[in-house]
Amino acid sequence: MSFSFADVDSVRKGLSDVQYLADEGIAGVVYLAERLQKPVLVEGPAGTGKTQLAKSVAEATGARLIRLQCYEGLDESKALYEWNYKKQLLRIQAERQGEDPEGEGMWQQIEDDLFSEEFLLTRPLLEAIRAAEPVVLLIDEVDRVEIETEALLLEILSDYQVSIPELGTVAASQIPLVFLTSNNTRELSEALKRRCLFLHIDYPDLDREKEIVLAKVPGVGESLADQVARIVRSVRQIELKKAPSVSETLDWARTLVLLGVEHIDADTAAETVNILLKYRSDIEKALKEFASSDEEFAAPVATS
Amino acid sequence: MKVEPATSPLLALLAGFISELRAAGLPVSLTENLDAMEAIQHIPIEDRDAFKYALAATLVKNHAHWRAFETVFEVYFSLRGAEYDLIDGEWPEGMDLSDFVDGMDGQQRRQGGGGGEAMSAEQLAEMLFQALMRGDDALMRAIARQAVQRYAGMEPGRPVGGTYYLYRTLRNLDLDGVLERLMDQARQDAPGDLTPLEERLERDEFEARVDQLRKEVEAEIRRRLVADRGVEAMAKTLRKPLPEDVDFMHASREEMMALRRAIYPLTRKLAVRLARKRRHGRKGPLDFRNTMRHSLSYGGVPAEPKFRYPRPAKPEIMVVADVSGSVAAFARFTLHLVYAISNQFSKVRSFVFIDGLDEVTSFFEGVDDIGEAVHRVNAEADVVWVDGHSDYGHAFEVFWERYGKDVGPKTTVMILGDARNNYHASQAWILKEIEHRARKVFWLNPEPGAYWDTGDSIVSEYGVHCDGVFEVRNLRQLEGFVENLV
Repeated sequence: MSFSFADVDSVRKGLSDVQYLADEGIAGVVYLAERLQKPVLVEGPAGTGKTQLAKSVAEATGARLIRLQCYEGLDESKALYEWNYKKQLLRIQAERQGEDPEGEGMWQQIEDDLFSEEFLLTRPLLEAIRAAEPVVLLIDEVDRVEIETEALLLEILSDYQVSIPELGTVAASQIPLVFLTSNNTRELSEALKRRCLFLHIDYPDLDREKEIVLAKVPGVGESLADQVARIVRSVRQIELKKAPSVSETLDWARTLVLLGVEHIDADTAAETVNILLKYRSDIEKALKEFASSDEEFAAPVATS
Repeated sequence: MKVEPATSPLLALLAGFISELRAAGLPVSLTENLDAMEAIQHIPIEDRDAFKYALAATLVKNHAHWRAFETVFEVYFSLRGAEYDLIDGEWPEGMDLSDFVDGMDGQQRRQGGGGGEAMSAEQLAEMLFQALMRGDDALMRAIARQAVQRYAGMEPGRPVGGTYYLYRTLRNLDLDGVLERLMDQARQDAPGDLTPLEERLERDEFEARVDQLRKEVEAEIRRRLVADRGVEAMAKTLRKPLPEDVDFMHASREEMMALRRAIYPLTRKLAVRLARKRRHGRKGPLDFRNTMRHSLSYGGVPAEPKFRYPRPAKPEIMVVADVSGSVAAFARFTLHLVYAISNQFSKVRSFVFIDGLDEVTSFFEGVDDIGEAVHRVNAEADVVWVDGHSDYGHAFEVFWERYGKDVGPKTTVMILGDARNNYHASQAWILKEIEHRARKVFWLNPEPGAYWDTGDSIVSEYGVHCDGVFEVRNLRQLEGFVENLV
C-alpha cells in the first residue's frame, strides 16, 4: 500500500501548496488517518475550515471528492443506494412485450436481472466505496442527522463496506479517506466517535490567522494582515453571540483591500465591522469596547 | 495490527498514561487504547507536538476533555526525565544575554542556571520586561525557569500543592506591574497618541504574552514537582473534575464559562426530545369521517382506516428559580439555563424568588445578550419581601395568588432550588394544587442527596407533590435529567 504522505511535515507542505495552512494538530491527524485507515471526525465552531480541510486534502492528494451533505431526515436511499424503480418497471414491460413468459423459470431470471448492479443507483457512500480511483469522502455536518440515522454510517466507517441484501456485501476496492464534520449542536453517539479519529479545529492563533489572510486575500499587505488578525483576536475575546469566523475574517480583509485601506483606525473599523459581526447587539458591543478607554474594558466583561 | 511487545518501555508508559486518563474520568475504550498504541508507531515521540495530537486524536473524543488530557500528558510525557526531555533546564544555547544584562561574562552564561543566579532581582525583572516586549518565547521560558528556582522556594518532599508555589513565584514577578510598564512603553514608542483601538490591541497582545509566561511558570513548577514526587502521585494531585462533573455550587469562574457554553447543546437536546415525542407519538383515535370518505374508493368497504393526528402538545414551561444567597452559584447557572430554554421553546415563563417572587420572562425575551438579561434580573426583579432569606412558602403563595390561574394541563413546572426554607411555613398544599393542574412538576435540587432533609431543608415535604425530584449538581446529572424526561 502506498501512502500519499511520507510524514507529518509533508502533509503540512502538501496542504499549504493548495493554500490550506494546517497547524501541527491538523497535519498530524490527517497523516494518522491515512496510516491507520480511519475516518476523521472534525469538530469546531462554524467557519474554521472544517469542510475546507477535506476539500484541500482531496486537492493535495489528487483524489476525487465525494460529498454527502447531511440534513434532518436523511435516509438510506439518499445516503447509500436505491433501486432504480422506473428502470426496473421498464425492464419488466420490455420482457412482457418480447415473448411469452414461460412460467416460473422465466420470472426467476427476470428477478435476478432486476436486482443487479445495472438497476442500482449509487448514492455518495456507496459511490465512495466502489470508486476505483482514490477518493476523499466528506460527510458534512453529521450532527444534523438524527441519532438513529447515524447507525447507517457505522458499517462503512469501520469496515469500509456496504451490505445490500439483494446483492451481498460490497467491499471497498481502495480505502477512501473519510472526513466527517460536526458543529457540535448535539452530542454524537459513542459508537460513531469510537470509530473515528477526533480533531477539534478551533479559531487559529494570531500568527496562523495572519498567514491565512496573507495566503487567501490577494493584494493584502503584511501590515494590514497583521492588524486584521490582531483586531479579530480582540473581538473574539469579547463575549459575543457569534464570534467572527475565519471566513468572516477573510471577507473583512478583502473588503479592506477593496476599499484601499492601509491602516485600520477606529472609524474604518466601525464602518466595516458589519462584515465581521452579524448580530446587531454584537456590533454595538464591539464598537463600545473599542471606543472606550482602556480602564473600562480592563474590567471583566462578563457580568457574572 | 502490528503492535510491539508490551515490554517496550514506551508501551508501558502508555498503559500508565491511559489508566490515569481513565482515573481522571475520561471514557477510553479498549478500541481507542489499541488505536493509540498503533498511532504511536507512526509518530516519533521526539516530535512532541505531533505525538500529543496523535494521542489526543485517538483517545479524546470530546473537546471538553482536552484540558484534562493536556494535564495528564504534560505530567507523563513532557516532564519526564532526561530520556524524554527535549528542553533541558539551561539557558538556550547561543542566546545572547549581554544585550540585557551588563557585566555578565560568557563563562558564567555557559554554566546554565548558574548564569541566572548571578543576576540580581532587578536584572531578572528587566529581562522579563524585555522578553515580553519583544515576545521572545525562548527567553521567556528561560526566565520562567529562573523565576521558579529563585522565588518558589520549592523543597523536596514538602507537602504543598503547585498552586502555592505558583502564587509565590507570580507574586514576586508582579506581572500586573509589568503589564502597566509594557503599556507605558508602547505609548511612548507610538508616534502620536494611541487611539483607544490601538491601545486595546496593544494590551491584548501583552496580555497574551503575560499569559504565556504564566503558563511557562506553571509548567516549570509541575516539572519540578514530578521530578520530586513521581509521575503517578503528581497526576493524582493534579486531577480535576471534568467539566460535566464540576459542581455548580462550587464552580470557579472559568469552569462557569465552560459550563455556560455547554448549556446550549443541552437545551437543544431538550427541545429535540420534546419535539420528537410530538412527531413520533402514537397515532390518535380513529377518524370515522375520514375513514368513510376514503372507503368510497374501495366501493364502500372501509379498507383503509384513517386516524386522527395527535394534537401536537406545545409544551408550556414555567421555570421557578430560587436566587437566594445559599444557592447563589447555582442560581447564576440557573438563569443561564432559563435563558437557553426560553430561546428553544415558544412558551416559557420564568420566575425568580427569594422570599418574594417576581416574573422575569420579559427580561429574557428578545434579548441577544444573556449577560444583560442576567444583570437586569439581579437588579430589577422584586424578589425580597421581608429580609431576603429564602422563604419557599411565601414565594409559592405569591406564585399561586398571581399566576396560579395560568397553570394549565399543558404546563410543565420546573422548580430549581435547595428547599432550605429557614424554618418558615412550607405551604406544601400549594404545590399539591399545582401538581393537580399542571402536566408535570419537576424539582431540581443542587444539593447532594445526602444533605436533603437535614437542617432546614424540606425537600421531601415538597417532593411528594412533584413528579420527580432530581439531584442536579453537575452537567452530567442535568443531562441525565433531560435524557430521562421523555
